[in-house]
Amino acid sequence: MDSPLLQVTDLTMRFGGLTAVNALSFEARRGEITSVIGPNGAGKTTVFNCITGFYRPTSGGIALTHPDGAVFQLQTLPGHRIARRARVARTFQNIRLFAGMTVLENLLVAQHNALMPNVASGLLAVFGLGGHGAAEVIAIDRARGWLDRINLLPRADDPAGALPYGDQRRLEIARAMCTAPVLLCLDEPAAGLNPRESDALAELLKTIQADGCSVLLIEHDMGVVMRISDHIVVLDHGQRISDGDPAHVRADPNVIAAYLGEGDEDDPDVPLAAASDGPLAAAS
Amino acid sequence: MNPILKDAGISALVALGLFGPMIGLKTEASATGLFLVPRPLALAAAVAAVFFGRLVLLTWRGRRPGRYRANRGLSEALKRSGRFLTPVLLAFAVVLPFISGRYGIDLGILVLTYVMLGWGLNIVVGLAGLLDLGYVAFYAVGAYSFALLSQTFGLGFWTCLPLAGLFAATWGVMLGFPVLRLRGDYLAIVTLAFGEIIRIVLLNATSITGGPNGIAGIPRPTLFGLQFSAAGGPDTFSGFFGLEYSPTQRVAFLYYVILGLALLTNWVTLRLRRVALGRAWEALREDEIACRSLGINVTVTKLTAFAIGAAFGGFAGAFFATRNAFISPESFTFIESAIVLAIVVLGGLGSQLGTALAAIVMIGGFEVFRDLAEYRMLLFGTALVLIMILRPRGLVSGRTPSVALGRRREISAELVAEGRG
Repeated sequence: MDSPLLQVTDLTMRFGGLTAVNALSFEARRGEITSVIGPNGAGKTTVFNCITGFYRPTSGGIALTHPDGAVFQLQTLPGHRIARRARVARTFQNIRLFAGMTVLENLLVAQHNALMPNVASGLLAVFGLGGHGAAEVIAIDRARGWLDRINLLPRADDPAGALPYGDQRRLEIARAMCTAPVLLCLDEPAAGLNPRESDALAELLKTIQADGCSVLLIEHDMGVVMRISDHIVVLDHGQRISDGDPAHVRADPNVIAAYLGEGDEDDPDVPLAAASDGPLAAAS
Repeated sequence: MNPILKDAGISALVALGLFGPMIGLKTEASATGLFLVPRPLALAAAVAAVFFGRLVLLTWRGRRPGRYRANRGLSEALKRSGRFLTPVLLAFAVVLPFISGRYGIDLGILVLTYVMLGWGLNIVVGLAGLLDLGYVAFYAVGAYSFALLSQTFGLGFWTCLPLAGLFAATWGVMLGFPVLRLRGDYLAIVTLAFGEIIRIVLLNATSITGGPNGIAGIPRPTLFGLQFSAAGGPDTFSGFFGLEYSPTQRVAFLYYVILGLALLTNWVTLRLRRVALGRAWEALREDEIACRSLGINVTVTKLTAFAIGAAFGGFAGAFFATRNAFISPESFTFIESAIVLAIVVLGGLGSQLGTALAAIVMIGGFEVFRDLAEYRMLLFGTALVLIMILRPRGLVSGRTPSVALGRRREISAELVAEGRG
């Protein structure tokens, strides 16, 4: 009865002659952290861009089912509708904060649609009408709550561009969460973080999951992926080569071959766990 | 080789290439025709001047590494002074008609018109980061809306003012829909073309707009129905208040009208910056893709910026028409768009005080140096180049946050994006 939150069916994305994603199918279940991993150039970010409406897929379907049963065909929606109506939020591989705006302002822009449901209400707000003031009090409270959670409350009035790298990563996640999503898509959130910051990030993602938001994660840091994922999808050359829980993926010979190269046939049983500081961890 | 010597040598070579034909050769007329006279000494002097000038400049700059820091100090000083400069400027603007003659008030009207246009364009360029080179089109739409409405239906200024803004905003949306999918340079070129199209249509639609003859006899604004005329009846300003008629009364009234309109523009802009719509514009200027990922409808948000900016251009246009009582397409050439854009950029993108200061410097300064005749263009150009060298982000750069948990702290201009359309 419980339909998957996100169901990707036969997703294909071609750029001219290049097939970045080829007939990919997978699902992400409600309340789980689903990771998409694979070597560089495997098509992970392309899948993300299709899900979040930045690319229109060449063919295939992406269905998102809300807890209330409403179904959204994401491949037909423009990007801003996916964020607003289907409530899919995302972060970017290279951080895209509003650098010249303060930390607090970044979180308020994320609540734009709650503050301004339509243009008329946005214009009324200029004259102090339409309940903008009350909505802003709520929005600031929500932002304050998130800043508290990511330990950035003391820096709320600093420009986002002046924050250290790790703080910017967490702020981008908080900003995405301020849109009240049902699915949070994170594109390499641990890239460039030191081990302590990666641990804090893993904890943050766990609390987000505990709050009921499902997470779709692209990540190269296998320490983080193996620790927090409920379900892992492995891509290589735009195709799914493995799918299952961390233990299953870790032992899958296809995955090992993809990461170590095809020349490993002599020794196909190299367990990933043994190589925990090896190729998978080093890939980040 | 010493990099400074090398740089100076390259400069000298470039100078040689440029000056070779321009200074090194001179044509002289003789009975048999033109012949060339080489001038090696003059050429050598010019090249040497460039070489040593560059050498001195680079050495001097190399000795002063703290220059840019000093510059930031200046920027902060200017910003701090803004706190008392604003009320001083405002007070001066209010009392100007009482302390100045006819010429001063006329100049004030001119400056305030550009201040208002600058503030209107600042919404589009400064806040939303959309480079609009055809802003004068909306100014023209406003002016012609009022002129035609008053000619055709006999409507007065105050009725037509909101209509002029509405028409301009409509044109803003109509231009915006196809154009806003373009970015950066492409947007700039299309808006530039739009400005020219409007002017050429006004020029050629002779049956409606009078073409190059323009429209004359546009009514003057009234003060709650009181006219400013020499007739002296009870429905005139001088007659009603029992004053002696003087044409200065009308000019002073026009001055206060444009002051009020400009302050309205300023107030609306400041309010907009503090609400969701204005924040979305600034976010759009910072990063359009991130905006999309947060569920902001980028097209609608850009359109509102275009429409609101255009509406203020339309208000200013209606005022321009009523002040001059005559309009023709000649008043709406590209140079007007360029001046308004220059005011916004010189003032510092997004800064209200900076825009006002730049308008005073550019328009007021231009008038003050009228006696210098043709040299004032030279002076003007030099001033612009100097400002851009010393303050590349405009007179008042940096950005004040729209909301804060604690104290609002200025955000340095280096972090703030300029927008790429």
